[in-house]
Amino acid sequence: MAEASPQPRNLPYVAAITDGVREVLKEQDNAFVIGEDVAGAGSVYGYYKGLLDEFGPERIYDTPISEEGIMGIGVGAAATGCRPIVDIMFMDFIGECMDEIANQLAKMRYMFGGHARLPVTVLTMAGAGASLAAQHSQSLEAWLCHLPGLKVVMPATPYDAKGLIIAAARDDNPVFVVLNKVSLAMTGEVPEGAYEIPLGQANVVRPGNNYTIVATGRMLHEALKAAQTLSELGIDSEVIDPRTLQPFDTATVVESVMKTHRVMVVHEAVRTGGVGAEIAARIQEEAFDYLDAPVARVGAPFSPVPFSPALEALYVPNAERIVAEARKQLGL
Amino acid sequence: MTDALTDAIVLDMHRCMVRIRIFEETAGKLMEDGRIPGALHLYVGQEAVAAGVMVHLSNEDWITSTHRGHGHLIAKGGEFDRMFAELYGKATGYCKGKGGSMHICNMELGMLGANGIVGGGPPIAVGAAFSNRFRKTDRVACTFFGDGASNEGAFHEAANMAALFKLPVIFVCENNGYGEFTAQANHQAIVDVADRAAGYGMPGVVVDGMDAVAVYEAAGEAIERARRGNGPTLLECKTYRFYDHVGVRGMGLSYRSDEEVEYWRRRDPIPLLERHLAEQGILSAEAAKAIHDEITRDVQAGVEYAESSPMPDPDALLEDVYA
Repeated sequence: MAEASPQPRNLPYVAAITDGVREVLKEQDNAFVIGEDVAGAGSVYGYYKGLLDEFGPERIYDTPISEEGIMGIGVGAAATGCRPIVDIMFMDFIGECMDEIANQLAKMRYMFGGHARLPVTVLTMAGAGASLAAQHSQSLEAWLCHLPGLKVVMPATPYDAKGLIIAAARDDNPVFVVLNKVSLAMTGEVPEGAYEIPLGQANVVRPGNNYTIVATGRMLHEALKAAQTLSELGIDSEVIDPRTLQPFDTATVVESVMKTHRVMVVHEAVRTGGVGAEIAARIQEEAFDYLDAPVARVGAPFSPVPFSPALEALYVPNAERIVAEARKQLGL
Repeated sequence: MTDALTDAIVLDMHRCMVRIRIFEETAGKLMEDGRIPGALHLYVGQEAVAAGVMVHLSNEDWITSTHRGHGHLIAKGGEFDRMFAELYGKATGYCKGKGGSMHICNMELGMLGANGIVGGGPPIAVGAAFSNRFRKTDRVACTFFGDGASNEGAFHEAANMAALFKLPVIFVCENNGYGEFTAQANHQAIVDVADRAAGYGMPGVVVDGMDAVAVYEAAGEAIERARRGNGPTLLECKTYRFYDHVGVRGMGLSYRSDEEVEYWRRRDPIPLLERHLAEQGILSAEAAKAIHDEITRDVQAGVEYAESSPMPDPDALLEDVYA
């Protein structure tokens, strides 16, 4: 396994995705990429650009617009010895292939008594904030986290995008890598060579001692901004990015809460029934006696994602809303 | 080319069909007596299809099956003891008792599972065929599905992609005339599902699914075509479900006439083949009866194995969710 090079190098999130997939195709002969407009076009986001030339048409395949068929190829090829990287262009489209995901991919190993391995990596794009309206903007990770047999990661930074893609592809289970379209141009340090972010391991991005904010995906950056504002109010926030939502690193969050006694969970998805509800429940199960306030939750309101930029700005959680909710929770 | 039909092949198909028949008759009764839990969808009447296709396949060729899948697994080489154990939910079953009738599988035999979702199999078989080509093998994938499943979007997407990529997959439609309790005339406006093949750019072939030899010949051609790299075929086998959607006695619904059932029973694929074998001097009536008796004993041994096997350990509940 190649180690990360020590040379610092900044790349945008989109190029970090490319880099991650490139490392996977280099290290796994039985890996291939399959999806809509992934080969010739390099994906609508451009993150496969160059890979067709680099690896050839036997490693990257364009398909018809047929998400159920694509996911079926992932399931059937993985069960028979390949390690497919399946691309679902917008996360909203998982509805088109939910049978393959929920009834086949997630369960096949269990139903078969352990006699199948399904090493499928699914790359898919979530996130609102680009005026793409209700069917191209959703964050549906809670749907996937509800399905035993799947793993779900949500990279917030270029570094994590590359490292989580590599970890996902090395895992012998189906792993969904839920990317964020608004973050594509965001730059950050991305080492050359292969490295992995271990699945199921949260990252304490900002240490703090009297408040905890657990923020998933792009909300990490809003939480970090909010932490800055809150520090001016005397609140020293510890900001945790779970990075993997399933399996969830409960221990890191609980350890933080035992220290800070107050906690908020932030995600971009609709608040009702979101992963934040599960995280809040786990905190209360494992650290109830340490809590000085109810667990706060910030998420999108219970509505489809609106189109109009004016409404969408109200819809997507941001640093201001995190601060406002924290002040309410803490009585500041 | 397809292997010429030898006496040995016909005898293989006959034995396979009798194995399926006696297994299914027995399993159905055990379910209705409350010995086997859950619901069994029996393959009785359709045996010639599984036998005629599977005799061409090796363990390295993949199949996907349906909710009516026991026959496919038996024809692929499934053993009675492990199969009954699975149907009983026992730890010794093929899936450690965690799949049951609707998910019974054996990866080593190339059987990618029965499937509780109508239309669940074709996309997976296309994936297996994709994998065969990616791994540079000459193996094929056969996906079994019913007339009902041919109305599912999953079938459409799978068929289109298989034809587009010229994948080595054979779509075997077992048209038994009913999607659950709804007659074909009430669920699609066509008579031959094979007509749909033209819309995907693949050959569509209709064959008498009660005639094992006819299935053998048509399947052989489709499989050879796939192995040569010429792409998929939609092979429609006209057949019939002698029993109800579930079980032997079934649910007592009146959705088909006694005359209709009787018509198809007169075309029972096993006596049909046995008459042929007797006429050709390949297998006498006495010899055929001896095969039935021998398989009945094997089935009984399988039932005893299952009944005396342990239930899964409680720890098994959370095993195999993840690799």
